[in-house]
Amino acid sequence: MSIEINHLSKSFGEQKVLNDISFQASPGQVLGFLGPNGAGKSTTMKIITGYLQADAGEALVNGISVKKHPIAVSKLIGYLPEHNPLYDEMYISEFLSFIGGLYQMKKKHRLERVEMVMDQCGLTDERRKRIGNLSKGYRQRVGLAKSLVHDPEIIILDEPTTGLDPNQLVEIRQLIKAISQDKTLVLSTHIMQEVEILCDKVVIIKKGKVVAQDALQNLKAKAGKSIVLLETEESLETEWIDGLSYSSVEIKQPGQMAFTCKDPKKLRAEIIELVQSRGLNLVSIRQEEKNLESVFQSLTQN
Amino acid sequence: MLSLFIKEVNAFFSNLSAYLITAVFLVSLGLIVWVFPGTSVLDYGYADLEPLFSYTPFVFIFLLPAITMRMVAEEKKSGTWELLKTSPLKNYQIVLAKYLAALVLLFFSLIPTLVYYFSIVQLGDTIGNIDSARFFGAYIGLFLVGALFAAVGLFSSSITSNQIVSFVLAVFLSFLLYGGVGALATLSSGDQALWLQGLGADFHYEQMGRGVIVSENIYYFIGMILTFLVCSWVMINIDE
Repeated sequence: MSIEINHLSKSFGEQKVLNDISFQASPGQVLGFLGPNGAGKSTTMKIITGYLQADAGEALVNGISVKKHPIAVSKLIGYLPEHNPLYDEMYISEFLSFIGGLYQMKKKHRLERVEMVMDQCGLTDERRKRIGNLSKGYRQRVGLAKSLVHDPEIIILDEPTTGLDPNQLVEIRQLIKAISQDKTLVLSTHIMQEVEILCDKVVIIKKGKVVAQDALQNLKAKAGKSIVLLETEESLETEWIDGLSYSSVEIKQPGQMAFTCKDPKKLRAEIIELVQSRGLNLVSIRQEEKNLESVFQSLTQN
Repeated sequence: MLSLFIKEVNAFFSNLSAYLITAVFLVSLGLIVWVFPGTSVLDYGYADLEPLFSYTPFVFIFLLPAITMRMVAEEKKSGTWELLKTSPLKNYQIVLAKYLAALVLLFFSLIPTLVYYFSIVQLGDTIGNIDSARFFGAYIGLFLVGALFAAVGLFSSSITSNQIVSFVLAVFLSFLLYGGVGALATLSSGDQALWLQGLGADFHYEQMGRGVIVSENIYYFIGMILTFLVCSWVMINIDE
């Protein structure tokens, strides 16, 4: 089951929230959907699930248009909205069974599935509690269980780990990892660690536009370079650094250069040699790791 | 759809305020019919339930909005609306499930008043001396008035995410339909007055209370109920 987003645009009043967004999620893939707050992540997800209508463009789920066949699409998708809406007065199993009913599952099958997802999401011990009495972590599990009851092929999770304590975070991540084995999963978040653990592909959006779209490995490869910062009292000349093993260089001030390189150890040795041979007064030489987080920052900051 | 219907009925009965609403409804009716000197059947001298049938619609004006006010508004406020809207339910199914649940609740709050009928049957001079046809005609009328108010209430709930707004609007619209347009009719004359009168629910209800069920009265109620249900459905669609 695949998801295909073609040139989606959406405005709320004057404000343009989505501006010509396109991306795909292939079957079996875990797609990380990243962006700062207010970038349009939730809006995109709401359009995929049919809750909102796009102004232009279309969303296709398994080749079916969401706009034309919202009911058919809704059966394929399990969706956990951002604020995880639940009926507080219901008991966990009652709620899950109600959801199964909405998806027109036969009673016997429904009860089996409810037991199964409660077991999968670690809710069996809490089954006799009202949802209103659960802690945030357990509510999140109920939300996840809700999106799994009708055994959908596609799962859409909107910031599933926001507001959880570190232990709950690890548990929910493990749960998502386990779920994602045989499903297509779209996950929005702004926690980079999560992306590194869970995702195969990453789409980064900013102010309603896609700014990066790549496999996680490629993005990591891009990110997996080190930066060596060199600062001297004298101005640095560009011809001095010919032949050093760096891939790019940025001159920040006359006495400051930032080298991007693959092998920082070798470059450092070369720089020190250069400093000595030219008789420069070294102020500092530092090394920074460029990780996914800094890629995210550099792409989404103004 | 059945699942949503059952959930709505359960939500009502698992909520303490629901019992409170029903209790207040039954206590106020009980007081009007049996206790208050001006309206009490015991002082009335005739073996019928005139006070029940003339005052209940006014109690309904408050009871049904209280039942229906949360049906859509609360879901919108708490975000569970998104949950329903992204499920395979069609919008008309959502409206119908909620409306049918409201009817069931109306039915359950009306059932206990049947005791009054049997009390009057027993209290009549020569036991059983009661105009049953009139009684049941009025009873069906009463249910239809309640059903109309439920549709009005559901419509009011579907245009807002605020329960108070929903309640106030539903009370106002119900009052307008039951009494309001009738009163306006007295201001005008001729065909216009007749037309306005015919628009009021009280006019049709009183006709049914005479024990004669005329199809045009039934059509009136069914037509009005459908109108408000369609309006709710339209509001839910626009909401997208």
